[in-house]
Amino acid sequence: MSDLAINTSKSVPQRITTWDRLTVNRNWVSFWFMLPAAAFLILFLAYPLGLGVWLSFTDARIGRSGIFIGLENYEWLWDDSTFWLSVFNTLLYTVVASAVKFAVGLYLALLLNENLPFKALLRAVVLIPFIVPTVLSAIAFWWIYDAQFSIISWSLRHLGLISGNIDFLGDMWNARWSVIFANIWRGVPFVAITLLAGLQTVSPSLYEAATIDGASRWQIFRHITYPMLTPIIAVVMTFSVLFTFTDFQLIWVLTRGGPVNATQLMATLSYQRAILSGQLGEGAAISTAMIPFLLAAILISWFGLQRRKWQQGESND
Amino acid sequence: MTEALVPKLASSKAVLTGTAPDHSEGMSYLQTLPQRLLTIYLPLAIILMVLLFPFYWMALTAIKPDEQLLDLDRFSPFWTWNPTFKHIHQLLFETAYPRWLWNTMYVAISATVLSIAASVLAAYAIVRLRYRGAQWIGGAIFLAYLVPPSILFIPLSSVVFTYGLFDSPMALILTYPTILIPFSTWLLMGYFKTIPFELEECALIDGASRWQILTKIVLPLAVPGLISAFIFCFTLCWNEFIYALTFLSSTQNKTVPVAIVNEFVDGDIYRWGSLMAGALVGSLPLVILYAFFVEHYVSAMTGAVKE
Repeated sequence: MSDLAINTSKSVPQRITTWDRLTVNRNWVSFWFMLPAAAFLILFLAYPLGLGVWLSFTDARIGRSGIFIGLENYEWLWDDSTFWLSVFNTLLYTVVASAVKFAVGLYLALLLNENLPFKALLRAVVLIPFIVPTVLSAIAFWWIYDAQFSIISWSLRHLGLISGNIDFLGDMWNARWSVIFANIWRGVPFVAITLLAGLQTVSPSLYEAATIDGASRWQIFRHITYPMLTPIIAVVMTFSVLFTFTDFQLIWVLTRGGPVNATQLMATLSYQRAILSGQLGEGAAISTAMIPFLLAAILISWFGLQRRKWQQGESND
Repeated sequence: MTEALVPKLASSKAVLTGTAPDHSEGMSYLQTLPQRLLTIYLPLAIILMVLLFPFYWMALTAIKPDEQLLDLDRFSPFWTWNPTFKHIHQLLFETAYPRWLWNTMYVAISATVLSIAASVLAAYAIVRLRYRGAQWIGGAIFLAYLVPPSILFIPLSSVVFTYGLFDSPMALILTYPTILIPFSTWLLMGYFKTIPFELEECALIDGASRWQILTKIVLPLAVPGLISAFIFCFTLCWNEFIYALTFLSSTQNKTVPVAIVNEFVDGDIYRWGSLMAGALVGSLPLVILYAFFVEHYVSAMTGAVKE
């Protein structure tokens, strides 16, 4: 003990080297902490994103890097009716599926927020469609939508509601509604559970006060629940719209864009053009054309739903 | 910008069990039982039935004998009295299915571990080192989260080709983190913020380096967050389709979702049994994992939209 005391009292403060300074420098240490994530995101996300835009201005094909051809790909797409059909389909798919997902998801969240027996089990079970890989549940839907052996057709026939089988995936509009339904089926649990998390933070005293004031159930929902939920709705719907707009898996398994491109979305069309036909440039142009739509969708669901906050004049921090 | 969007959310545990602020009980006396039956239990039962029916149908089809599958008139389609394991047996012993399962597992675990390691470092630096521009980087990571794979797969396929990764599991292990890192960084940032920084200050005074603080103090406290991130990333990898479809070509390298779609779909009218068995066996690992970690899973999901 005494040795130690003598030693320390004699020692002069060590000279602080540049290295020592570096090891406590926030920016220098952070650089190394950020490096792995940044490397991944730059190499495999930012660079491809830029490359995609560049490819859309070239006539690249698989196995051959293209030369710059300006807007030719876009001009070609402008006159391509299949492309416009895919834009229409994508918009229809996104708008209908997102709207229904929101309505049913919110309804389900409200139901699950009630006082129920086996609450935990119920809520866990509701999420199952969301965790099972989309492709695998889509295959189950494919079998449910089978032209000959569909269980839905069978049940309706036995109930005496229809006389012949419904051709779910063979008819243009039937196919559209069928894939939209499958998408809704998969998306509802996500919306419901996240909104439920928001619902549980709404203070009960608000509901009690409203009830005493004689508010109806609808008024309670419209003037308490909905405004309190708006921020979380904005986030959830932004994600929902985004993933619906860029959906690929479900369509690919169920219809591959058919019949006669009736369910061709922009994502499936770009896959067909770029990978199956090898026209990388044209496929990239379709993907790039999705970006403005995506930005618009994000901005609309974002600011549209956050409007209340802006109107109240809260600062946008 | 992002700070403005922090809606208050109940914790995952509260979401699942409803233990914490559960207000429904208070006013439920205002409704009679028949009313509740009609307005709550009935709609709930219908929605649940629709949500679960495809899984029932999948499982039933997987164990039905072939002749019952296609003959809806002599056998009731909703039940079977003589289940068979023929389809599952065929799947496991006569096809490359175990190999595909292994591929999926291998890719999912490697990509998840890589991403979480990178995310832990990045999230810690953003939240606690607060270097110059950390807030901007945080925002950029949130934006990266919004870039969907469907607009990246074309240029990525050319990148993968250039690096000579085409048709190897490495192609997926290196590209999946682009989906996983933004998500898990975002999630872990939220977790790290909840760890009291006084703990770190103490450690700094005691002479610990940043690395020691991270591994000895922050990580042990963030274990629930790490589990959530891990489970959710693993599920995302298992679910991923478009990259696997584009970057892999040989049968033995495929992942389960791609293999099922491409290898099982032939003209055979009796393919349904094995297709459904394939879908069932492919979903089981995730469902089992989910059953054990429901709470973590929900916290990952709500955490992803929370921050």
